[in-house]
Amino acid sequence: MQGMLYIALVFALVLGCAFPMGRYMAAIFEGRIKYLAPIENGFYKLAGVDPKREMRWTDYAITLLLLSVIHFLLLYAILRLQYYLPMNPQGIAGMSPRLAFNTAASFATNTNWQAYAPESQISNGAQVFGIVVHMFISAAAGIAVAAAVMRAFLAGGVQTIGNFYVDLTRITLYLLIPISMIAALLLVIAGAPQTFGAFVTAHTLDAGTQTIAIGPVAFQEAIKEFGTNGGGFFNANSAHPFENPNAWTNLLENWLDLVIGFSLPISFGIMLKDKAQGRALMFAMAIILALGCIGTYAAEASGNPLHIAAGVSATGGNMEGKDVRFGIPASVTFNVSATGTSTGAVDSFTDSYMPLGGAVPLFLMQLGEVTPGGVGSGFYTIIVFALLSVFVAGLMVGRTPEYLGKKVQAKEIKLAMLGVLILTLFILAGAGFSLMTKSGLGSLANAGPHGLSEMLYAWSSATENNGSAFAGLSADTPLLDYGLGSAMLFGRFAFLIPVLAIAGSLAAKPKLSASAGTFPTTGPLFIGLLIGVIIILGGLQYLPADTLGPLADQYLLNASKTF
Amino acid sequence: MSIAREIRPAISLVVLFTLLTGFILPEAFTGAVQLALPSQANGSLLTLNGQVVGSAIIGQNFTSAKYFQPRPSALTGTDAKGNNINTPYDASESGASNMGPASASLLQSVQQRVASYQKAFGPGPVPADAATASGSGLDPDISRANALRQAPAVAAARHLDPAKVMNLVNQMAHRSFLGVVGTDHVNVLKLNLALDALSAR
Repeated sequence: MQGMLYIALVFALVLGCAFPMGRYMAAIFEGRIKYLAPIENGFYKLAGVDPKREMRWTDYAITLLLLSVIHFLLLYAILRLQYYLPMNPQGIAGMSPRLAFNTAASFATNTNWQAYAPESQISNGAQVFGIVVHMFISAAAGIAVAAAVMRAFLAGGVQTIGNFYVDLTRITLYLLIPISMIAALLLVIAGAPQTFGAFVTAHTLDAGTQTIAIGPVAFQEAIKEFGTNGGGFFNANSAHPFENPNAWTNLLENWLDLVIGFSLPISFGIMLKDKAQGRALMFAMAIILALGCIGTYAAEASGNPLHIAAGVSATGGNMEGKDVRFGIPASVTFNVSATGTSTGAVDSFTDSYMPLGGAVPLFLMQLGEVTPGGVGSGFYTIIVFALLSVFVAGLMVGRTPEYLGKKVQAKEIKLAMLGVLILTLFILAGAGFSLMTKSGLGSLANAGPHGLSEMLYAWSSATENNGSAFAGLSADTPLLDYGLGSAMLFGRFAFLIPVLAIAGSLAAKPKLSASAGTFPTTGPLFIGLLIGVIIILGGLQYLPADTLGPLADQYLLNASKTF
Repeated sequence: MSIAREIRPAISLVVLFTLLTGFILPEAFTGAVQLALPSQANGSLLTLNGQVVGSAIIGQNFTSAKYFQPRPSALTGTDAKGNNINTPYDASESGASNMGPASASLLQSVQQRVASYQKAFGPGPVPADAATASGSGLDPDISRANALRQAPAVAAARHLDPAKVMNLVNQMAHRSFLGVVGTDHVNVLKLNLALDALSAR
């Protein structure tokens, strides 16, 4: 009961704020917010950007790719050279080429997969002027693409979808920086440190000393959640008391994590001047996520039967890998939210969740992260599913499908399916191949079906740009550094580019007005169809693998089989 | 379009945003909170007789019978010879056991923890937080039920009235907000500091 109330509270706070936030974001996308105009225009001037220029989808894609490549190379250099760069009080050495590749790919794609232990493998400087900058820029780039996709539906016969440089700048200045600064301040008040000093040595009460890792935590923590990034300052991520000091900061971080994702459909409805369209997408996202939270809570609250039989109290739930100050409901809601988005932050360790509890985050990633998904990426992914839904509905009644007045034809459906299938290929072939190699098997921390879950989770997380892990996996190996690094790059760009192509193609089409024969894309019928398409098209292809992983794990555990 | 034409704006924006979000804002923010909130910004350190004894929000290890015991911590490290050893509450690292729910070695650890807990604090089901390792490896808290179970044995080790120690636990306990946000728990370091103060009186 306590758990259900907590889940309801999180949804009420997030969905309640999504309406004003969505309005504000629509105003940013439309260029109506101007309070930092001097800084904004200064940026354009210094960078040689013409803010009035409108881009075709190809220009939009090329500028985004080019900026991402440059930023990737900069982070790679910073990670390799961190020993020689400022703000390295612990004297941490440079990363190896393969780990630096994996890490740079991870942050350039908004994934934030961490194959390194931050306390000992990355300097304060590399976190602050390397990783944190990517947390802003990769998030802003994702939201920019969402804004470009929205524009494709606004009018007919348009060749352009906005200006990438302008979108990136405005989203960073007016959305990401202000709110993450406020959140960072709240986090410091609650106890998250923010210092460039070295680790602290304490003389503990019960004889002995303790070295306490510390650093500029709060600033990173805020944008880590708000930009659905997820890369922790510490190895334990948001389970670490310095990243997440108490139940209230946990609630704040959970809110930050979800709010942009749920606000984007609202922004879309406002820009379309048809708010019901945005609400329909938002509710489809929310229903799937709520079911995921409730299911995971049920799995974790009842505890581990093997441990209860060994004399552990049955009332506490499965506490392995969870911290006391959060408890079960807040732990599971946080982790499920972070896999329904592309955040991948954790406040508890999914590897030690009950098999069905861990299956939910895995499945939410495999669905393509649309509940509500990464900032921007969740929105443009659910648009792909919406196009597929009207196509399926069109097939059933034998009419040319249209979505929001735009005819959906063979070209768009081919591009949409291309995006969906590329991701599936990477996840299933990548996990399958890894498990056929000695190196891959050597990375597993757990035996039996749980080992398969670990590898499947890693490839799902990398390809879907999530970044969370069944963290027992030893990920810093040549196979996984290069393999997962490539999966992150393909997962981001081999999906994003077809989506921009769809946007370009739809923008150029005339905008038809709705007729009596138009399939309505608001209301329960459409929401139900959309959820069905997401689960069937997004999820069904993974069911055989998931059956051999988490489902088999649960059955064997029920039969008291250990590994 | 030509890609060459895009190189200047792309590089410039990367540089400008690196300056803004990687240098100016974090430096200004750090300076501001170091001035306004120095305690939290530097890790909420607790001092006793002028010496730092730990952080109020980071757990530390206690093994003596006269102290309340923290949760198991899964942190490991290497000793001087390069062997793997347990390093519970070593706050220069952090992390969980990552052992799966059907792990035989996890089950074995749980059985050992249950046995030693029951030996120290009496028979009966063991609170879940006492039998399992935390997510951070640095969990500063134990559940109130766990603390109350430990109280009589801690009181006996200090020759204190058990009721007094129970009372202290209840005084120091953090309560969940309306039963929805947060849990009933006690910060182990603060509790043990208060216990030392109580014994000294």
